[in-house]
Amino acid sequence: MCGIVGLFLKDQSLAPQLGNMLTEMLITMTDRGPDSAGIAIYGAESAGKTKITVQSAGPENDFNGLADELGKSLGATVRQTNNHTHSVLEIPAGQFEPARAALAEIRPSVRIMSHGDMLEIYKEVGLPKDVADRFNLRGMSGTHGIGHTRMATESAVTTMGAHPFNTGSDQCLVHNGSLSNHNSLRRKLRREGVHIQTENDTEVGAAYLTWKMMNGASLGEALESSLEDLDGFFNFVVGTKDGFGVVRDPIACKPAVMAETDQYVAFGSEYRALVNLPGIEDARVWEPEPATVYFWSHSDSPAPQEKAA
Amino acid sequence: MQTYDLEADGLRGLNSALQAQQNATNQTSWEVVNPKGSHAIAVGLDAPIEVTIKGSTGYYCAGMNQQATVKVEGSVGPGVAENMMSGQVIVDGDASQYAGATGHGGLLVIKGNASSRCGISMKGIDIVVHGNIGHMSAFMAQDGNLVVCGDAGDALGDSLYEARLFVRGSVKSLGADCIEKEMRPEHIEILKDLLDRAGSDAKPEEFKRYGSARQLYNFDVDNAAAY
Repeated sequence: MCGIVGLFLKDQSLAPQLGNMLTEMLITMTDRGPDSAGIAIYGAESAGKTKITVQSAGPENDFNGLADELGKSLGATVRQTNNHTHSVLEIPAGQFEPARAALAEIRPSVRIMSHGDMLEIYKEVGLPKDVADRFNLRGMSGTHGIGHTRMATESAVTTMGAHPFNTGSDQCLVHNGSLSNHNSLRRKLRREGVHIQTENDTEVGAAYLTWKMMNGASLGEALESSLEDLDGFFNFVVGTKDGFGVVRDPIACKPAVMAETDQYVAFGSEYRALVNLPGIEDARVWEPEPATVYFWSHSDSPAPQEKAA
Repeated sequence: MQTYDLEADGLRGLNSALQAQQNATNQTSWEVVNPKGSHAIAVGLDAPIEVTIKGSTGYYCAGMNQQATVKVEGSVGPGVAENMMSGQVIVDGDASQYAGATGHGGLLVIKGNASSRCGISMKGIDIVVHGNIGHMSAFMAQDGNLVVCGDAGDALGDSLYEARLFVRGSVKSLGADCIEKEMRPEHIEILKDLLDRAGSDAKPEEFKRYGSARQLYNFDVDNAAAY
């Protein structure tokens, strides 16, 4: 089944409350996805740095001295901030590929959750409330974020199978539905040089968008072409460094509701997820159309919206 | 007037109280506050009572309704008035997918838009949508009337049986075996009555009627491509 929530702030005075609002929304969607939960949050960036969020099943050993050893490999200073089973490593910008290779050497049991200037992803198996508490998601601030509660269908209930997925710098995706052509597409994308870590269908959806954008497409264009190239059921909510997008497949059997005010754009699998947002009584609330790309960006004027089909 | 706070007192209490009402009840008017998008509000009612929900609801609001009038002062999630037998369900806002699915009787009024699969497999219910409806509406609809004051999406009336479809605006495409049909005086009468009861001032003459071409009722190998 799965539940999706997303919040894109237009009014940055709400930024300190982003984690709290998203956590409320996420917990409301527990009965759509009690297996695992995750959140992608776009927080502060530091100039000249890239963030890598890593995860370990044995953080007390794996995270011990990790920044120093990675720093030695990269010949640079690395800052490390541990949070439960996750740790955020700040490395010099442009050093992600060498860092990924070094991590595979020095800590083979550590998994990479995300990389980017602003993006951090926290996800684990368990009830959304417990996952949120473990990472203190409520205390996080940011400009936009996406959350997911999972009821697994296409791959095992593991941390790596939980959403959101990150396959390119500052890009993330969550999914409600199931893709049926993910195996062939995964082979094709790997041949094209896209890094895919799991057997999960959603990761292939994320990797597909990354590949499109690597080849010059905007997020909006990549989402439009997903309607042609992805087979199956999907509601996608995606994030980029400064953008937030939504697309539903043409059959549109997975539920979706959106709300927009002067302060934010919000997405929920159900209206229940949105009921505690400020000013929801007067928000414009609507169900996104099938096969239609919706996209908001901090760098453009608000609410461009284009018909894809 | 009975007022029920759904957030404070829970869904099960509400539905048992409403379902316990008999034909001769004197508690004929109910108000549900704080619905907050909850599922299955006011389902399985079978008494001539009026229930007003003060806000938006989630899945399956007013499902399996008999006799009761359920008004929603907000929007509804998927499956509103699913399998309604009689009575009325009136939604002030929009309805999500499969509104009025499989309904056998009664009247469903949606004052905003309805999304995909509105009236799928309807079996005698009357549905009036003041706005637009989405794709695959009235799929395999067997009986009853679907009235759309706005536009209809793709594949309207696919594999239709004997339901009557009336659309005032445009139809993006017709489904297999659904065709436009002549609007005769008896259809104008049906439409006039439904529009009156649904509080719409649309004029019956502005609508087009669609119905089944009756080519797919029984399997015929010559029609294989049309299924």
